Amino acid sequence: MSVRKPLPRWADLILIPALNLTLAFLVSGLVVLIIGESPLEAVQILLFGAFGYGEGLGYTLHFATNFVFAGLAFSIASHAGQFNIGAEGQAYIAGLGAILVALFLDQTHWLIVMPLAMLAAGALGGFWGFVPGYLAAKRGSHVVITTIMFNFIAASIMVYLLNNVLKEPSNMAPESASVVNAGKMPQLREFWDFFGFAPVNVMLFVAIAALIFTYILLWRTELGYKIRTLGKNPDAAHYAGISNSAIVMISMTIAGAMAAMIALNEVLGVQNRLVLDFVFGYGFVGIAVGLMGRNHPIGIALAAILFGALYQGGQELAFMMPAVTREMIVVIQALVILFTGAMEGLFRGPLETIFGLIEFSKNSDAETEKDQHKDSKE
Amino acid sequence: MTENSPNIQQRPKTAAVGDVAIELVGINKHFGPVHANKDIDLKIRRGTVHGIVGENGAGKTTLMSILYGFYTADSGQILVDGKPVKINDSSHALELGIGMVHQHFMLVDNFTVLENVILGAEDSPLLKTSLAKARSVLAQLATDYELEVDPDALIEDLSVGGQQRVEILKALYRGAQTLILDEPTGVLTPSEADHLFKVLETLRAQGKTIILITHKLREIMAITDDVSVMRQGAMVKTLITKNTDPAELAELMVGRRVLLRVEKGEANPGDVLLSVRDLEVKDDMGVLRVKGVDIDVRAGEIVGIAGVAGNGQSDLLEAVTGMRQASAGKIQIKGKDLRFSGDAGGALVRKLGLAHVPEDRQEAGLVIEFEQWENAILGYQDDDKYGQGVFLSIAAARAEANEHIKKYDIRPANNRLKTANFSGGNQQKIVLAREMSSNPDVLVIGQPTRGVDIGAIEFIHNQIIAMRDAGKAVLLVSVELDEIRSLSDRILVMFDGHIVGEADPATATESELGLLMAGIEDQSATKPENNKERTK
Repeated sequence: MSVRKPLPRWADLILIPALNLTLAFLVSGLVVLIIGESPLEAVQILLFGAFGYGEGLGYTLHFATNFVFAGLAFSIASHAGQFNIGAEGQAYIAGLGAILVALFLDQTHWLIVMPLAMLAAGALGGFWGFVPGYLAAKRGSHVVITTIMFNFIAASIMVYLLNNVLKEPSNMAPESASVVNAGKMPQLREFWDFFGFAPVNVMLFVAIAALIFTYILLWRTELGYKIRTLGKNPDAAHYAGISNSAIVMISMTIAGAMAAMIALNEVLGVQNRLVLDFVFGYGFVGIAVGLMGRNHPIGIALAAILFGALYQGGQELAFMMPAVTREMIVVIQALVILFTGAMEGLFRGPLETIFGLIEFSKNSDAETEKDQHKDSKE
Repeated sequence: MTENSPNIQQRPKTAAVGDVAIELVGINKHFGPVHANKDIDLKIRRGTVHGIVGENGAGKTTLMSILYGFYTADSGQILVDGKPVKINDSSHALELGIGMVHQHFMLVDNFTVLENVILGAEDSPLLKTSLAKARSVLAQLATDYELEVDPDALIEDLSVGGQQRVEILKALYRGAQTLILDEPTGVLTPSEADHLFKVLETLRAQGKTIILITHKLREIMAITDDVSVMRQGAMVKTLITKNTDPAELAELMVGRRVLLRVEKGEANPGDVLLSVRDLEVKDDMGVLRVKGVDIDVRAGEIVGIAGVAGNGQSDLLEAVTGMRQASAGKIQIKGKDLRFSGDAGGALVRKLGLAHVPEDRQEAGLVIEFEQWENAILGYQDDDKYGQGVFLSIAAARAEANEHIKKYDIRPANNRLKTANFSGGNQQKIVLAREMSSNPDVLVIGQPTRGVDIGAIEFIHNQIIAMRDAGKAVLLVSVELDEIRSLSDRILVMFDGHIVGEADPATATESELGLLMAGIEDQSATKPENNKERTK
């Protein structure tokens, strides 16, 4: 025991992420400095690239959409005490459902395609989450192991399907046929020129809805109560008559279905066809988004925008500042993930001590006053 | 507050037998905002048993940990034999002749007694010489202090009492002149406790000084010479034991008059509401813990199960409350069989009208990260009262939480406060309030007052009696024999997975119960391996 106390909410939610982020940028700045460029200029380019003009903002929001789904896929499972690192595979396999529905219904209307594609993708992604959930609940396998294995299985299945089943004979590349009409998600640029060529599409609103849905699910429903009870204290959940195995399976399924929405955003929003590796690591970044966002929808939204900005601004930076190569951008992104995700607790200990000391000095002041008061009374 | 002088006084003293062995002057210790020790002055006379009593959280253990070098005091001074010393760690304390026997033993389970004794006190790089030396020293200590333990036995094969003796031997082997014992009898059977007291008396006769931390006033009266009472971090008073009585000590501990007896009327037993037949239960390791138990609990009576921890009571409790599948036998709640698959038991027992206060509230009864209102509905989250359909009615849950707060005097009265920030007694009240408010027909309570202050104990006991008087069937499991005796209308004693006897609390003496609890028929047996079940 030492002079420590749990942090106040605001410090936990705002101060710690801010400090982590600052540190990440300081170290990134050093990296930029080492290769002989100005960090300040780099930040300027990055920020302008991400938010400064319509097309950049559009890309940022497009990436953020992916990160919201991936972050929710991690967080919902996390609330049930499961470490879901399988959003990558869940989204990948879901691409199959999205494209098949879209191709089949390409000649109808997007309002028909979209919900059905969401259902099909959600079912496949959900199944890809359900199986590790089932194995964890009934067989005691650890979801970290099973979800990562399911990422590989998904990748292999998709390679096989794209090469042997979905590829059109006339096409040399391992990709499916393209959707041309109703299968495409409506792009926001069709309504606002402002977004230039950015692929931000209607899935952005689905992402916002998913955030709200998650909040209601976790904090306003009986199921959410059970999920949170299980995640915080499995023994108490058992005591409360909550079926631990059912909740694990349900939450993993919902998580998989969340990840599946990435497929619509990418396959039907950008590529218009199923291609290899369209998930592109978004699922893994979702872990950092979830951690940084404290598994809360508002936090996830903010973290998703941050990572979206890093992706988009980073590309801009690589373009404008040739010394900062594509690889350097990955380094900077990795630093942010490192400091906000993996080393999230870096400042926690010292801060708790500082807050403890502040509280302590306040209390002892009050106490001496009380003592004096007592003395004078005597 | 008699001994509470804020000024640090230094009074050099020369050491002499019968004189002050250890003196603490103006000790202060904070943990963050908690002022755990406030200006503590304490003198401990050489060759005496000095009791320190106080409620949980009164600062007893903190004070002793400072003496033993676990914590450093923020201010104040420690004098050993009149010389001011600074104790930075436990090895330093041992050099000064201060040894401690912790509440939770610090032993390596799969080492032998001998290996544990020399652990950290090896004399040479080769174990052989140290072991040989320890063996002879141990033999000497065993005859001197009646501390016989087989030096080659593995710790895990010893009874709890035996393990405690090893802890004492460890301290003595390192040359301790002063022994601190932290709640030493909490895990012992009455006969083992008697044996411990005999050992302590021998130690005292040989000139050792003993500091006994406890919250059991009976022990204080039985063995100590002096007794110091602590309350809320402050030293309230130090008394000569023979000049005081339990009522005075209790009043000093709590700060107000306390009823040490539970007031209750005659029981009016009605129909059997909970019936257990030929019950067998296995633990997680597949070891049979409950070996054929029959119990009937009637409406309007409290049946208490006494026994030393680890004799199957917990497993019995888990089976009766649907937390664990019985491997054989039958459980009926209000005539309906308790039969379930998977983890559906928790929901089923509630449906059948059984409410359950688990033995360890933090482990199972509460989600301590939740706000109080969230815990007020734990287990009842599916009730229509808290929202029909999928949604949870937060307003209804908060209203219920406020009911609990009001009726059970939960403090602070704030349903948005994180449960972890409530004291142990109030956490227990949160669980009790929830389970009693569900208006069950059968109430099963494990360790109703573990880690709860005396003031709250009184309240909780009265609530349990009120449930009985309202015609509920109450099954009570507790390791506190006093609690079982004062609350129960019938006492069943459990040993080694069997009910070994039934007693009437009005007539049964403590020693009769103690013998039953130890699983022995004759008075003479106090052998070490008698209460720990090892079926493999």
